[in-house]
Amino acid sequence: MDSALWALGRASGIVSLAMFTVTVLLGIVNRSGRPLPAVPRFSVALIHRNISLLATLFLLMHIGSLMLDSYAKLNLVDVFVPFLGSFKPFWQGLGTVAFDLLVAMVLTGLLRHRLGQRTFRAVHWFAYAMWPIALAHSIGNGTNGTERWFLALAAGSFVAVGGALAWRLSLNFLENAKTRQRSLS
Amino acid sequence: MSETLHINWTRCDGRGLCTELLPAVLGRDDWGYPVIRHPGNGDGTNAAIGPDDARAARDAVKLCPKLALSLQAWAEIQ
Repeated sequence: MDSALWALGRASGIVSLAMFTVTVLLGIVNRSGRPLPAVPRFSVALIHRNISLLATLFLLMHIGSLMLDSYAKLNLVDVFVPFLGSFKPFWQGLGTVAFDLLVAMVLTGLLRHRLGQRTFRAVHWFAYAMWPIALAHSIGNGTNGTERWFLALAAGSFVAVGGALAWRLSLNFLENAKTRQRSLS
Repeated sequence: MSETLHINWTRCDGRGLCTELLPAVLGRDDWGYPVIRHPGNGDGTNAAIGPDDARAARDAVKLCPKLALSLQAWAEIQ
């Protein structure tokens, strides 16, 4: 039973990280206002939301199984307050920070219509902090974190998100950027 | 019961989700902004939504990235 919890804890962490990577990429596509091939804009928004919620479920599985596991023995304080863990407190604390940021993003995301766009957007910027923090946590704390296959996955994810971020910051990122810039001059 | 889709032009950024969900009601101009295809009384801000488009209109209100859309009962506008 114990080794099953331990395996589940590790696997669900890796799955949730991979899904958060996809979430960040879809979030950037969503912000650009562009559709994907055969995926209309409203679907990009829905897939972004649904994958992020699914990734959150895997993250809860990751945290829950390691709370029940007799080796990891996470307690409720470790889940919300970073850097107090008994094993690799720094690297585990990064995971806690990422989780706290995610909780804020999920809550404001689900309550977007009540809170208003400004609050939602300000909190949603946390994503750009959360993702690299979670990635660092997985490498520094993960049992498989420094194995070659995992580092290859991490490097691939980093390149993908970095590329998307470079596109995000480019002048023609928005779908109608060219048209609107031309109409100004 | 028919409803009215109200576009808040101060918030609208022309992202185009509503024009995808309501192609029969809304077109899109060169800058991406929605254009009401059949404006009643020349009103370019409130689009009449028939029963066939009610669900899509609700989705558009929910998904609008700028929270620029709202649905009102037709009577409120008249």
